[in-house]
Formats: sequence, C-alpha cells, structure tokens
Amino acid sequence: MIPVEPFTEQVVFQRPRAMSATPTTYCPGCMHGVAHRLVAEAIDELGIRERAILVAPVGCSVFAYNYFEIDGVVAAHGRAPAVATGLKRTQPDKIVFTYQGDGDLASIGIAEILHAAGRGENLTVIFVNNAVYGMTGGQMAPTTLPGMKTTSSPLGRDTRTMGHPMKMCELLSQLDGAAFIARRSLHSPAEIRRAKKAIVEAFKTQMEGRGFSMVELLASCPTNWDMKPVDALKWIETHMVPIYPLGDYKTRVES
Amino acid sequence: MAKQLMKGNEAIAEAAIRAGVEAYFGYPITPQTELLEYMSKRMPELGRVFLQAESEVAAINMVYGAACAGRRVMTSSSSPGISLMQEGLSYIAASNVPAVIVDVMRGGPGLGNIAPSQSDYFQMVKMAGHGDYKPIVLAPATVQEAVDLTVLAFDLAEQYRTIVTVLLDGMLGQMMEPVELPAMRALPATPPAWAITGAAGRAKNVVVPFRLQADELEALNFDLQRKIADIARREVRFKEYFIDGANADKVHGDRAELIVVAFGAAGRVALSAVKAARQQGIRVGLHRPITLSPFPDERLSQLADEARGFLVVEMNAGQMLEDVKLSVGGQAPVRFHGRMGGQVPMPDDIAQEIEKLDGMTSRPIDHKIEGPVVLRAAVGPARKPETGRN
Ligand SMILES: Cc1ncc(C[n+]2csc(CCOP(=O)(O)OP(=O)(O)O)c2C)c(N)n1
Ligand code: SF4
Ligand SMILES: [Mg+2]
Repeated sequence: MIPVEPFTEQVVFQRPRAMSATPTTYCPGCMHGVAHRLVAEAIDELGIRERAILVAPVGCSVFAYNYFEIDGVVAAHGRAPAVATGLKRTQPDKIVFTYQGDGDLASIGIAEILHAAGRGENLTVIFVNNAVYGMTGGQMAPTTLPGMKTTSSPLGRDTRTMGHPMKMCELLSQLDGAAFIARRSLHSPAEIRRAKKAIVEAFKTQMEGRGFSMVELLASCPTNWDMKPVDALKWIETHMVPIYPLGDYKTRVES
Repeated sequence: MAKQLMKGNEAIAEAAIRAGVEAYFGYPITPQTELLEYMSKRMPELGRVFLQAESEVAAINMVYGAACAGRRVMTSSSSPGISLMQEGLSYIAASNVPAVIVDVMRGGPGLGNIAPSQSDYFQMVKMAGHGDYKPIVLAPATVQEAVDLTVLAFDLAEQYRTIVTVLLDGMLGQMMEPVELPAMRALPATPPAWAITGAAGRAKNVVVPFRLQADELEALNFDLQRKIADIARREVRFKEYFIDGANADKVHGDRAELIVVAFGAAGRVALSAVKAARQQGIRVGLHRPITLSPFPDERLSQLADEARGFLVVEMNAGQMLEDVKLSVGGQAPVRFHGRMGGQVPMPDDIAQEIEKLDGMTSRPIDHKIEGPVVLRAAVGPARKPETGRN
C-alpha cells in the first residue's frame, strides 16, 4: 500500500465577504468583474462592508448591486453622483461610492460628476473607462480614441466632427473640492495590483473626510471592440494608456 | 397658536420643517425661489440638510438618494424645472420610495413667463415621468390650505411610499395671508427597515428601479397599480360650496343645478363668481378638487346625475377639463372657461359664463335624442376688434 500523507486544508484564496456568490452576467474577458473584485477586496480590508453603500449606474454594470454583499441603489443614467450625494448628506457616517462607466460619467452625467467633485462631496467614484458604450452595443463614447471604429463612428472617430477624448482625471483634478484623483489600468496583473492600492486610498480619503475621490480604471470591452480578451488587454496598453496616462492626478492630504 | 402673516412659499417651507423634513435639495426658479431661500437659512439652523443642486436634474436625484436612505425629503420647483425632474420622478415611483415635491406653476410653454398658471396639470397629474403610475397631487387654494396639505403630503408619502406633489400657482406662492402653523414634530428615531443604510447585522437592501424580465416588470406594475387603486379608494378629497347638505344655501334650495369645477387659485376666483351668480338667483355651486390625483371622479359622476350643466374654470387651455368630462360621462353639458400665459380668470367673466350655461341648459334636453352635449366656450375673453395698424 502506498502511504498517504495526512491532508490539511488551508484556505489561501477566497471570495471577499463584500462579494456575492452570484454567477456573472458580464461577457467573457470583461474587466467589470475584475474591477468589482478589487472594490470588494478593498471594502473587506478596510472593514467597511456594513456601512458601505453602492450607487450603480446605467450601463453594463447596472447589475453591480447583484455582485456586492452591501446595500445598493441603481441610479438613472449619469445621475449616480447626485443620488450618492443624497445618500451621503443624510448619512455622513456611511461610505458611499458610485461605480460608473465612461458614457455614464463623462457624457450624460458630466454635470453631476463635475459638481460632486467641485463641492468636494465626500464620496468615492469608481470610473470604468472602456472607451465605448458597452451596454447599448458599442457606440462612440466621449472617451472613444481618435480614429477608433465604433457602431456609431463606423469610419473611425474623426476629431474634426466628433471631437476629442474627454480626459476626466485631468479635468476633475483642477477642482479644489477633489482630494484624490488617480488613473490606473486593468491590463496586467501588476497594473491590477496598483489599481487595488488606488481604490483603497480612495476609500480612505472618504473615511478620513478629505473630500471627493475618484479612481479611473482603463478597461476592455472585448465584445464591442471585436477582439479576443487577451488582445483587448494588449490594446489597452498600446492604444489607451498613451492617450490616458496612468498616475495620481491629485493627492490632497488635508481635508 | 396665534396666526401670522406669511408668504405662500415661505409658509410651505416652514410647514415642511414642522412636519419633520430632514433634507431639502433644490434649484432657484421664480416664482418658487423664496421656498429654497427660506430652507437655506432654516435647515442648517436645525442641523438638517440643505443643498442647492447644480440643476433640477441633480436636485431630484439627490431627493431620490435621500429617500432611499429612508429620510423625509423634499424639493420644490416651478414648471420648467419640473419638466427636468420627470426622469427622476419616474425612478422614485418605480422604487416605491416616498418624496414630496412642491410645484409652484408658472406660464408655459417654453420659458413661458413667471406669472401664475395651472399649466402643469397634465405633467403632474397624468404621469410625472415615463411609465405607468400616478403620484398623489394636492391642490391648495389658500396659504393656510397650502400649509395643511404640505403636512399631509409627508404623511401620505410615507404611508403609501409614493410621490406626493403639492401643486399650486405662482399667485398662491407669492401671496401673503394669515396662517396658523402646525406644531414642530419630532424627527423619526430610526429609518424604516427597507432603507439603504448599510447592511449592518442584516441581509443587504437594494433599490432597483428596473426588472429585466417582462413578467417581473409586469408584476412590479401590478403592485404599483394596486397601490394607486388603494389611494383612489381612500384619499379623494374635495371641497364643495352651495352644492348640497351643510353647504346649501337656504334661500335657493338644497341642491345646485349648475356645478362649477375649479382647483387652486382658479377655485378661489370661481367662488366669488358663484356667489355673485347666486345673488341673481342662479342655482349654482362650486366643486373644488383638493386631490387632483386621485381625482374625485365618482363624486362628479354622482353630481352629473342631477346637474343641468358643468362649467370648468382653469388657468390653462383645459387640462382638468378632460377629467371632468370623463367623470360626467356625457350626462350633462360641460363648458370651459380658461385663461393662459399668466392671466387669471376674472370673477365677472366667470359669472357671465355661468349665466350662459344657465340660459343654455334651462330648457330640457332629451339626452336620448340629442346624445351627450358637450359645449366648449372660446378660451379667454373675446378679442376686441382690431383698429388701426397691427
Ligand atoms: C436617459 C438614458 N439615455 C440612454 C440610455 C441608454 N443607455 C443605456 S447604457 C448606455 C451607455 C452605457 O455606457 P457606459 O456608461 O460607458 O457603460 P458600459 O456599458 O460601457 O460599462 C446608454 C446610452 C438610458 N438608459 N437612459
Ligand atoms: S459589453 Fe463590454 S462592458 Fe459590457 S459586459 Fe460585455 S465586455 Fe463587459
Ligand atoms: Mg463604457
């Protein structure tokens, strides 16, 4: 008989407490799932699950409330920062964050995000920039790259008639109310680890009452980019990062 | 408590504070702005939330957020601002959270003007946003009534988890009248169990204003419709003058034969006209709906059994008129007198319309032969003949 070594079980990796055991509806290779996980890990690490409140957008992540084990509200398209303001102003002890796509935040909701930042609203924003309107089938977003083909810019985004990419970190960091503004990418494990640190920092900014915090995450939408998931990640690195440079745009320590 | 002289807008603000409003979000627009300004001073004094939003779009979504938090919350605006709030109102309705909206109506369409009007009847009563639902709409005719209905608005909003609108016109918002304010209420100790307050020691709460599957969305709609039917059964309110019972005038018998229907400020002016017409021996009474939604359709239908005719008076092109016609159901003729663009109907003009209605309906009408008779007067006064150049 072959001797069997005594077996001891050791958990080395598990679902964060702040994540639900819900099967995902996101496409294969979609980065929303990764972004969700980073947020859930940050919530766990900071021990804020029981006072965290999610405001989900309209976009593919309208379903985000399904995937977090925390209280949540779904806002109208673009209005998440206003809804979050109503939640936070009436319950300042709660940790309120929005999770928004680029169409939601940089197009229809540009007024709400600018004013939330301008007021120094003590909120956290997780901004997932995949350069298209994912949910409606890949139309041009304000963040679409010059020349990029989408279902509503079939010949490529012509900057002469369709304008230039909106750079939200650059814009928002100009405002005095903004305390922490950073851009990260999800295209590689190393970048994902950096993204996680920024998300933790953004929540800490809110916990310490320093004001508005936002982390922009460059993400892929393989379905609407018409690319294989791995190619899409490569494309973030080669095409998106040059237009949307990574880094900290605002780090204000005092409140 | 002693009466004090207060402007409509400010009296509503103070009434809301005493009813226990915990958060106010709004954006300046005439003729409602005094309400916002009053709140900007009083709410922080009391340690409550006041925030001037960047737009009405943002304001209503802040209201949505605070309502989801289970807090007593309100906003106020005027017609163009209410147009911008429609999407947010629809989300609030879909989510079954309570909210109080004050609409101090002004002349439209477009930028219109800042003069009093009742032209938001359709946009507030019929829908207030996309989808199938109706908010409760309360229409005061005096500053005192505005105060009382504001307090009621918060109670109904919470009881039914619905939007309640206090719908008045710029005249009432700007008018000063003596009012008796309610006593200051204590704020609720804890938010309701469904509120979004963080999942501490309980399963998570979510507020989701959509259902992807058709059967689930239909179920949500059925729930909403049941609530609306429940409200319609229990919350209809109106005031009647000289129509029957205790209101009847002893000299002229106990039942009015002609019924004027008017709400809010138009109801007030119509009352003067009704009194004047009664002096001339016309048996006329006034029905003034206080809840525009739910509409007092059963009562009007009941009155139509015996009334000779109806006259609807509004500060618009005939919006409530449609509901009156539906309620009367062709049982009696319905005439209309309306002024638009910030014009207020004059008692003399209304009295003339009552006389016309009296003349037209004094001979018996055989409905079986002639069918339903619905008359419509020219809107507004007759134009003077143009002279000279124009
Ligand atoms: C008022 C309104 N306008 C338009 C839409 C349709 N719509 C739904 S999602 C969406 C775009 C979402 O894109 P983005 O915010 O980039 O999110 P993604 O799906 O890419 O994550 C649009 C235009 C809507 N739901 N509401
Ligand atoms: S469409 Fe794009 S953003 Fe939406 S789930 Fe699919 S991959 Fe993700
Ligand atoms: Mg997108």
